[in-house]
Amino acid sequence: MHPDLLLLSEAIPMPHSAFAAAATTLAGGMLIGLAAALLLGTLGRIAGISGILGSLLPLPRVNSTFETGWRVAFLAGLLAAGFVAQGLSPTLLSNDTGTPAAMLIAAGLLVGFGTRLGSGCTSGHGVCGISRLSPRSIAATLTFISAGALTVTLVRVLGGQS
Amino acid sequence: MKAELTPSVLSAAFISGALFGAGLVVGGMTDPSKIFAFLDFFGDWDASLMFVMGGAIAVNAPLTWWLRRREKPILQASYSIPASSAPWRSQLNAPLLVGAALFGVGWGLGGYCPGPALVSLPGVVDASSMTNALTFTLAMIAGMVAHSVYDKQRQRKEMPSGAACCSPDEDRGTLAPNGIPPSSLR
Repeated sequence: MHPDLLLLSEAIPMPHSAFAAAATTLAGGMLIGLAAALLLGTLGRIAGISGILGSLLPLPRVNSTFETGWRVAFLAGLLAAGFVAQGLSPTLLSNDTGTPAAMLIAAGLLVGFGTRLGSGCTSGHGVCGISRLSPRSIAATLTFISAGALTVTLVRVLGGQS
Repeated sequence: MKAELTPSVLSAAFISGALFGAGLVVGGMTDPSKIFAFLDFFGDWDASLMFVMGGAIAVNAPLTWWLRRREKPILQASYSIPASSAPWRSQLNAPLLVGAALFGVGWGLGGYCPGPALVSLPGVVDASSMTNALTFTLAMIAGMVAHSVYDKQRQRKEMPSGAACCSPDEDRGTLAPNGIPPSSLR
């Protein structure tokens, strides 16, 4: 865990630091759940990042300021959170796992294409879809987690990084 | 009734995005090594992502259930949630599963999915060069655009007459929220 997140976890009164770290992680998840519920409760929309971003590409639909507007506002909020995090902890977001640029590019292309083809990602399917017991989302989540696990294993076995 | 982009709507969307981003950061999801460690089932496994997703569902599921019993969301005339009357097995179509598989491979290769990548973009301000998140995000946008192109081509091939929709007897399986066509629910 990043030292600054560990610092945050020390604010949680727990008998053991490992429990505090786990509690922090859980709290992060709960914030995500709250955010998704907020979007559903106010605007009636699913907080699926790939959909929110993807439907603005290649161009926002100019015939609806509302559709474009709320999506841009949501993404702006996401970025704002990132800026605040960056301000509070300059090393928190720039994680270098040693993944080569070529692999990152392949990864990005696959994630971009795949999330649009599959109509969702970890937020849309994993959080929102499972929350409403959508068969499509449950199937999609099981599929992408399995594919991810197989990929990480293969990369590790083939001598890359994991 | 045309939906209005009021300050309330903008605020609700912005706050939701900000809370979401905060959750991703606090949950440690902006660190690809956490993702690799979660996906490394057969190696050194780290359950963190399960806590994040579990925590999210634990909060979102009951709230979703409660909210959907209400007639409408606070700021809109109706909910815009994908829905289908088709038997569930038929809803699990090729685009869904192939798309999820491709996404999973990309996720396993890069350790990023769309949300964390976007939240991590501001990290570039203190970096001396491109960050991994930025490289990934640019490629992700390219991938999304590629799908948009692919989808348009596919729709044109299936309906050479230029018809706007599929044949009447084909069960689309999903309502299109607000007229934005679901790209590949056929």
